[in-house]
Amino acid sequence: MKIAITSQGQDLAADVDPRFGRAKCFILVDTETGEFSVHDNAQNLNAAQGAGIQAAQNVAALDVEAIITGNVGPKAFATLSAGGVKIYVGATGTISQAVEQFKAGQLKCVDQANVDGHWM
Amino acid sequence: MAVTEASDTSSGRKIAIASGKGGTGKTTVATNLAYVAACAGKSVAYLDCDVEEPNGHIFLKPDFAKATPVGTLVPKVDYARCTHCGKCGKICQYSAIVSMDKTNLVFAELCHGCGGCKLVCPTAAITEVLHETGTVEIGSAGPINFVHGTLNIGQVMSPPVIKAVKEAAPPAELTILDAPPGTSCPVIESLRGCDYVLLVTEPTPFGLNDLKLAVDMTRALGLNFAVVINRADMGDDKTREYCESNDIEILAEIPDDRKIAEAYSRGEMACEAVEKYRSTFTELLEKLGEKIATI
Repeated sequence: MKIAITSQGQDLAADVDPRFGRAKCFILVDTETGEFSVHDNAQNLNAAQGAGIQAAQNVAALDVEAIITGNVGPKAFATLSAGGVKIYVGATGTISQAVEQFKAGQLKCVDQANVDGHWM
Repeated sequence: MAVTEASDTSSGRKIAIASGKGGTGKTTVATNLAYVAACAGKSVAYLDCDVEEPNGHIFLKPDFAKATPVGTLVPKVDYARCTHCGKCGKICQYSAIVSMDKTNLVFAELCHGCGGCKLVCPTAAITEVLHETGTVEIGSAGPINFVHGTLNIGQVMSPPVIKAVKEAAPPAELTILDAPPGTSCPVIESLRGCDYVLLVTEPTPFGLNDLKLAVDMTRALGLNFAVVINRADMGDDKTREYCESNDIEILAEIPDDRKIAEAYSRGEMACEAVEKYRSTFTELLEKLGEKIATI
């Protein structure tokens, strides 16, 4: 299964970025093979608004089944859902640890945003 | 949002009262000017553009005849026509419309109402609907035509409501726009298309700091302006020194008079409550008249 994780760094030893829209980058991991690739999010990091929506579109375009992050707001949630991406929140530690937490079923799949938007 | 307004065809003049700092006396100056101009027999329109906290009505006490919901025109997608080509999402700079494989999402509160998505849609699947963000009320305060707008609670974009206030204004010899404080989008929207700007300040470090910002903004907009110093006998001389060294004319100084504050606290205008201020504002109106006559 292909999943994406919000990351503060460029490899599996990096920490999970708790922010979704303004995450440093996304790491795409194949849970079967352990292969990974890094996808930049710099453009959204500096966006005035709509960062969560843009990031969600980018993640959906990666064709992943799930996104693992710390928190997700209402607009990002709506966009990810429209893209058919499942959302798991509450991940902590490194990317490797988050993948293990996911495989062990320890992360919560959410059916709504777990934090408020930044604008209203 | 940087579209230039078509030039006004009527001969009337539009004067904006702005400040930078809040609480300097914009509404005091704007309402009293409208009052003395109406007393002098001019046709006057007073536009309260401070739609986040309009308060000119407290002093001018208009009777409102009409209230109209206003806001932003946002896209509505007809899914029978939509081919999910993604062009609408690509042109939107605010992520207000997002095209996914199977559906489109519209985030109305992010939409600036430019209509770009509708223009680029190849299958005419997008129509525009009103996303209500405020109300414009029109009425009259004696001979003064009065218009104000109110931004709904929870909304963040005031410029469309301000624009609606300006569009609703009946033509007049003299239109006075009471601008919101600050130097960003809501103020720019209020000042756009005006003939002259009065910057109201107070002689304090705070007033001066924000006056400088307001002066830079007004100059960037290419508008002619002058300064009114309110509560002029308090604070220090730095505001006067700044104006002198930057060739900025001070058109009036209003004293820090307890009687004005008392009238204000009762929702009364200075020139109604204290006779001598009628001449203060009449003189200011005359000086303004000379300024705008030469533009």
